[in-house]
Amino acid sequence: MADRLKKSINAKGLKGAAKGSNQYKREAIISYGILIVGYILLQLGAATGLIGRNLQGQFVPICVYMSLAIALNLVVGLSGELSLGHAGFMAVGVFTGILVSRILEESISAGWLRLIIALIAAAFVASIAGFIIGIPILGLRGDYLAIVTLAFGEIVRNLMNVLYFGLDTNGRLRFAFNHTIEGVETSGRIITGAIGATGVDKTASFTSAALLTAFTLFVVLNLKNSKQGRAIMSIRDNRIAGESIGLNVRKYKLTAFVISAALAGMAGCMFGQNYSTMAPAKFNVNTSVLILVFVVLGGIGNIWGGMIAAALLTVLPEALRQFADYRMLTYAIVLIVVMICTYNPTIKARIAALAGKIRPKKKSSGKKTGKEAA
Amino acid sequence: MKLRKLVALAAVMAMTMALMAGCGGSGSSDSGDADGAGVLKIGGIGPSTGPAALYGLAVKNGGELAVKEINEANPDGLQLEWMWQDDEHDAEKSVNAYNKLVDDGMQILVGSVTTTPCTAVAAEAFENRTFALTPSASGPAVTEDNDNVFQLCFSDPNQGIASADYIKEHFADKTVGIIYNNADNYSSGIRDKFKSEYEDGGKKVTEATFTDETTDFKAQLNTMKDAGVDLLFLPIYYAPAANIMTQAAQIGYAPTYFGVDGMDGILGADGFDASLAEGVLLLTPFTPYSEDENIKEFVKKYEDAYGETPIQFAADAYDCVYAIYDAYQKTGLDADASMEDICEAMIKVFTGDFTASGLTAESMKWNEAGEVDKTPKVCIIQDGKYVEQ
Repeated sequence: MADRLKKSINAKGLKGAAKGSNQYKREAIISYGILIVGYILLQLGAATGLIGRNLQGQFVPICVYMSLAIALNLVVGLSGELSLGHAGFMAVGVFTGILVSRILEESISAGWLRLIIALIAAAFVASIAGFIIGIPILGLRGDYLAIVTLAFGEIVRNLMNVLYFGLDTNGRLRFAFNHTIEGVETSGRIITGAIGATGVDKTASFTSAALLTAFTLFVVLNLKNSKQGRAIMSIRDNRIAGESIGLNVRKYKLTAFVISAALAGMAGCMFGQNYSTMAPAKFNVNTSVLILVFVVLGGIGNIWGGMIAAALLTVLPEALRQFADYRMLTYAIVLIVVMICTYNPTIKARIAALAGKIRPKKKSSGKKTGKEAA
Repeated sequence: MKLRKLVALAAVMAMTMALMAGCGGSGSSDSGDADGAGVLKIGGIGPSTGPAALYGLAVKNGGELAVKEINEANPDGLQLEWMWQDDEHDAEKSVNAYNKLVDDGMQILVGSVTTTPCTAVAAEAFENRTFALTPSASGPAVTEDNDNVFQLCFSDPNQGIASADYIKEHFADKTVGIIYNNADNYSSGIRDKFKSEYEDGGKKVTEATFTDETTDFKAQLNTMKDAGVDLLFLPIYYAPAANIMTQAAQIGYAPTYFGVDGMDGILGADGFDASLAEGVLLLTPFTPYSEDENIKEFVKKYEDAYGETPIQFAADAYDCVYAIYDAYQKTGLDADASMEDICEAMIKVFTGDFTASGLTAESMKWNEAGEVDKTPKVCIIQDGKYVEQ
């Protein structure tokens, strides 16, 4: 058995691997398809004036949340671990991005270039954070990991609450744990503790955010279909079997975790560059849970499902504005209904039966995939 | 499997959409008679749900009341329309709310109510040229670099300085301590200025901090008690202040409390024994128990309409609408002028020699930076009422 497992992870010629590659293609086509079609439709809508400011203002957050859902899916879906600290990585990315972008403001005038450098820096710092947190905790399993990541998110937020960054008169970056930073004038302050960053020069745009989502997709889908990805998934499915064929469990889990952290940091950076002000209070456990909800609602491990869930759940509270104060109540009810409909087997069967009546052609598509697999 | 999931999702979405279509338009108050009659659309943004809802709702009601009054007083003149959007005290949601209001044809903004969301909205409004007058977002970042944003309330630094000066003058022999929320913009903003202003006089203050999640203040209170603090400055919102006073009473600690405008609302805090707030001093521009005729009338109307005593935020919003109305008359623009034109004209009026009088001050003037100039009032809570000092 171990031998077969090893082969299916490494080899490409095997039947299983070929089937996997078809699945991969399908997943990639759907995921990129959603992104590209969505991008074109929204751009057209914005250009023709069909889409108002309210929805246009959400284009970047939607892309960011999609990226976060994809990134978290790497940990929750592929690696099979529960992380409740992704808002922490997001926060690391947000504030790294803001710092880098501000430092470069003098020397680089092109917003897009600053954004790219900020994204790289955010990914780097977030991956270090992911690495540091990952080493001691990835030996933990299940609930314990969830608890530690939860704590990590809180630590980041509370640390940001007391950290002050600023540029001194010579243009050098300084930081302190209280509001008076040595040699920094009021105008040189970048991040001021709980107040966060204000007066951020926004560099994010819908196009750059969509490109970031595409990049995130590219990384995660390729990883999923690689030797490493299959190793990660085999450890998720059976840790003992994985270890028995010589897979380094820690290494693979850490790989997934660090990549996910880096991607979350990049998404955070994009988010931070879309608003003129960012306070650490935003990145509390609620935000971590929200990202997890995207993943769970879209189906754990289902990458494009998470993307759709992220987009819908970002737009939904805004679309429900006409309910005024009952908006969040309605939102919660919709969420519960969707969860039940997608996970309750009885209801799922009923809906499937209903869908079968509406679309009797379903069988032929099943045949087609059968042929391809053969 | 995945297809079925998608179908389920789509079905629910369709149902939701249908539901929404059914209820369409019930939430907003737009009337569609904008043309001809001369209706100026004023948007309001603030938290009408969530932890800061008390403030948002007060602003919503106060603004609504002023709009109603103006429209009834002069039905042939300039009419106003009040459009409200909730932001849950969140910057991202606040920007969404702003965009929604722009979509709905807003011409002037009253908001946002709280500082961090207002800072985010102010930047959008600056780019988009919307004139904004915030009733209560007191952080300095709100008006910084934004020529189009004005504050009707004191800025945080000014509140800190005014409090420190008052305490230095009236409580010279007391030992002063501060408990503040270091995860909160507003709280740490006031504390910074208070501390530097107060310690200028050579006396030190004892400090303790907490964050949004804190519910147990025993440690902070014991620090204060051990340091012999007998005047506790609380530059925080009323909800944690209520907790602090309750727990101080439990450990038998009874200092004099001094709060700022966030303390307003303490008498209505959920599950709080209001008798514990007896003797609390607070810096507030408005007291509903004033003998002033205008305030009495406002309080009566507000109580009749909404069934509760108005807090300072309601008065701030009421004054905002009147200030905008008065200033708008001076611009000489028609009601259907564009948002951009209104913005430039209003900035000119506000930075000129325009003064507004209202419930929160006799004469308010604005400087170029957008900060208001008015006299602060200190009130003491006696027999469950604010009494001006």
